[in-house]
Amino acid sequence: MIQSLDDLEKIKEDFAGRIKKYGKTVKICFGTGCVSSGSQAVYDGLVGALEKESLNKKVRVVKTGCHGFCEKGPIVVFNDDEIFYQSVGKKKIEEDIALLLDTIKNGKVADKLLYKSADKLKKFVSTKEIPFYAMQKKIVLDLNGAIDPEDIDEYIAHGGYSALQKALTAMTPDEVLDWVQKSGLRGRGGGGFSTGTKWKSCKDAHGGPKYIMANGDEGDPGAFMDRSLMEGNPGVILEGMIIGGYTIGSNQGYIYVRDEYPLAVKRLGIALEQAVKYGFLGKNIFNSGFDFDIKIVRGGGAFVCGESTALMSSLEGKSGEPRAKYVHTVEKGLWDKPSNLNNVETWACVPAIINRGWQWFASIGSEGSKGTKVFSLVGKVNNTGLIEVPMGTTLRQIIFDLGDGIQNNKEFKAVQTGGPSGGCIPKEYLDTAVDFDTLWELGSMMGSGGMIVMDDKNCMVDVARYFLKFLVEESCGKCVPCREGIRRMLEIVERICDGEGDEGDIAHLKELGRAVNIGSLCGLGQSASNPVLSTLRYFMDEYEAHIAHKKCPAGVCKPLINYTILDNCTGCTLCARECPSNCIIGDKKKPHTIDTKKCIKCGMCYEVCKFGAVNVV
Amino acid sequence: MDIDKKKLDTIIKKNGGERNRILAIYQDIQSEYRYLPKEAVQYVCGRLDIPLVKGFEVATFYKALSLKPKGKHSVCVCLGTACHLKGGPAILETFERELKVKRDDTTEDGMFSVDTVNCLGACALAPLVRVDGKDFGKTSPPTVKKIIKEFKHGA
Repeated sequence: MIQSLDDLEKIKEDFAGRIKKYGKTVKICFGTGCVSSGSQAVYDGLVGALEKESLNKKVRVVKTGCHGFCEKGPIVVFNDDEIFYQSVGKKKIEEDIALLLDTIKNGKVADKLLYKSADKLKKFVSTKEIPFYAMQKKIVLDLNGAIDPEDIDEYIAHGGYSALQKALTAMTPDEVLDWVQKSGLRGRGGGGFSTGTKWKSCKDAHGGPKYIMANGDEGDPGAFMDRSLMEGNPGVILEGMIIGGYTIGSNQGYIYVRDEYPLAVKRLGIALEQAVKYGFLGKNIFNSGFDFDIKIVRGGGAFVCGESTALMSSLEGKSGEPRAKYVHTVEKGLWDKPSNLNNVETWACVPAIINRGWQWFASIGSEGSKGTKVFSLVGKVNNTGLIEVPMGTTLRQIIFDLGDGIQNNKEFKAVQTGGPSGGCIPKEYLDTAVDFDTLWELGSMMGSGGMIVMDDKNCMVDVARYFLKFLVEESCGKCVPCREGIRRMLEIVERICDGEGDEGDIAHLKELGRAVNIGSLCGLGQSASNPVLSTLRYFMDEYEAHIAHKKCPAGVCKPLINYTILDNCTGCTLCARECPSNCIIGDKKKPHTIDTKKCIKCGMCYEVCKFGAVNVV
Repeated sequence: MDIDKKKLDTIIKKNGGERNRILAIYQDIQSEYRYLPKEAVQYVCGRLDIPLVKGFEVATFYKALSLKPKGKHSVCVCLGTACHLKGGPAILETFERELKVKRDDTTEDGMFSVDTVNCLGACALAPLVRVDGKDFGKTSPPTVKKIIKEFKHGA
């Protein structure tokens, strides 16, 4: 049981003693991205090789959480970011393991495994030099990739639970609240509501017991910040929640985690068990007389459960349907008791604010949005992965400096933020400083932090159709404007994509979009038409090309395109063999042709051609 | 089908016999049977004194639960935004065509079920496919054929 600062220090010392006997530390990323790219094989290979060389007592191999640079996985880092290796074991695993051993034994840096810029001109040894990392400022993800998420001692050795100790023994709940309010922290789940104000309302609410909830139901497609945090440093979320419970006057917390994130559930469970063992959860925490417990609840694969009231319905064992918010959650939430729900990233900001002071937190970021924000930078950008930057960083810095520009030297077209509630931002606004308010003004929103970059091969009408389809599937069906309205909007957009759009369609879409936004019950419906309205606002020319000229300029909408084979076809016959509808004809070693009448436009020929001889018109 | 009542009792007990844990109970049952048999829903509702209509409301609301038996191998094609932009729909079509099955359904021989998900959170590896819990990143129509082969032969 840990009950004082001395006890915490003791754990730190013990941990330092435990790892002192190792000369070197090798960290292998075990985030979901790197695991899919094969980090388990790298781990097994390296541990086996070290045993063979009798080095296993001298080298510590750690499985860490997500490093963020998922594109380049599996990632292996030596000591404190001194050497950064990427794509380890992707092609020839034995060879790469030998290179790792060489680095361990002889300190030789393996050129082959270093990160190189997209133009291949520069290569980087240390994490600190790579622009993708150098331009970040890590608060929330500070320990992601640095510690073993399944070892609470390592979290404590890096300062974990010291904020809890400070809050519970040296601060009153009112003081903690005051700090959180003054820090300017706003909710990271999307709404951007002041965290301090929310906490105060819940603290002041009459009745009890009060409940604390963490929203880990990250459903926005294209976003994986919360997953990486829950997998990479679950302790910081628990610590934030316990501090929140102390401040608000609650003794019970819930973490609601997406069903699709089994690894996050597992790691949170381990962190919880260890925290109970050390007495950070349970009775009389840090001898302060404060009791707190946390339960982990798995979601059921419903996007709408990320909405606060639907999440609570689900926690209560009902289907996840939202309810009207005439009465606020802070007054009547879970089981009709005062409740406080924050996103897991918001909770993770709290320990840093307590440790380093509200002034420090408030000094980072923009005028109205303080601190940093984690974004998942994905789509057609060179460096895809997870980044954390101060609020107010411009879109251009994020996409072109950290992200190293667009893949295959294509043209940037738009960036989609805010998931199905957000919108697409065109290149005219690349110099916008990103925060809660600026994105809102552009007709999009921060959302949970997904940033999906699109190039000129992405059709914006198709993007609108994609989000509408997503929302039709995910609408819970409780209120009519959302259930029926989005469906009708999808029908119109589908007709446009099929080349059957009419002149009146645009006006109709705008009108319906407004009605759905005004008339829906919850946030899902109220923002459902944003993807359509924002693409109409910035990319009207593409809608017009589909409607008036029956053309899809990006070459995406199937009924409006045709595949053809160019003259540089070598007649290798690969496409003809792979074509599922047998519509490619031609003799060996002579250019082939596609029978467009039989073609089902599956794109297989385009994918398999090694000579770039298949074209979309 | 016949259900093992003892097994269900253990699952209910593990979840504290609490009514609000019904989703977790269903999920545990599903990981036993690889789907949620309707007989199991009836049994659980009886034990926890939940009206059947409520029990089935929950069972049909959540996408993670399936009242239909699943195939031996479960294919899950990610259609999140990043996967969509990088060719996810073509990946789904290839699975449907090669396995002769539609999404949300199981092949006649009961070998494969093909489902879609609106983001698995590994967007940097788009387009992504998860088969029996194993993730395949940066897939393309040609690699889909290889994945199918791998699991057909592995079976």
